[in-house]
Amino acid sequence: MIDSLMQVGSSLFLLIGSFLLLSGGVGILRFPDFYSRMHAVGVTETFATSMIIIGLIMHNPDLLVDVKLLLILLMTLFISPTAGHALANAAMHADMARPKNIKSDDEVTSSNS
Amino acid sequence: MLHTLLLSLSLAVFWLLNSGHNTGLILSLGAASIAFVVYVAHRMDVVDHESQPVHLTLKLPGYYVWLIKEIILANLQVVKHIWLGSKSISPSFVTITTSQKTEIGKIIYANSITLTPGTVSVDLDGDKILVHALLRESAEDLEAGEMDRRVTELED
Repeated sequence: MIDSLMQVGSSLFLLIGSFLLLSGGVGILRFPDFYSRMHAVGVTETFATSMIIIGLIMHNPDLLVDVKLLLILLMTLFISPTAGHALANAAMHADMARPKNIKSDDEVTSSNS
Repeated sequence: MLHTLLLSLSLAVFWLLNSGHNTGLILSLGAASIAFVVYVAHRMDVVDHESQPVHLTLKLPGYYVWLIKEIILANLQVVKHIWLGSKSISPSFVTITTSQKTEIGKIIYANSITLTPGTVSVDLDGDKILVHALLRESAEDLEAGEMDRRVTELED
């Protein structure tokens, strides 16, 4: 009983995760510029990854495997903002898609000069 | 000394959870590798409050719960706008002033901004963070400063 319940729950989480991954992909294609596309990637790397890994944890009863999956999730949540920031920062330094509606631009102009 | 002890302890827990073996030989190899890692960390002079933020341990769980709630809400919002199409978004750059005193507080704040979909911290300079926001609402939420206040509360 508990087993089949866990299987149903796991499938549900995997399904939600897959939908979110699909949404992220669609977002990358639909959004107009580099920075907006980064936000679409943000969905896949936080919520979608968590849902997939929670689904996999529920699917697998082995404690050691579960802990490893949890560590993978933790690593992803630590690495993705760092990588995302590095990408955005590099794009800004490369003058990519110059922001038009920037409010205070002293640090931007100083780092671009 | 406290940081060394805690580093060894967390490495031991990490090793045990990853291996799952408990024969004498494997355990002693594990202990030897932990001792080596701690020695190298000491040689590199990276064992301090920055690599082991012990003072945050008690307050972090509460912040994480709040942050996870924010991340889920922001995710749903971004997914909604992905399916609504690029007409519905209002991307903009804003500069946020932080109130954290320590480096680690600023990094927690900037990383929390990036981790929340819809906002990415692009540049950190002194106490100013340049943020790119997908929607005007998310930029206004950041300017209202609830996340900033919560991270500052972690510090003291």
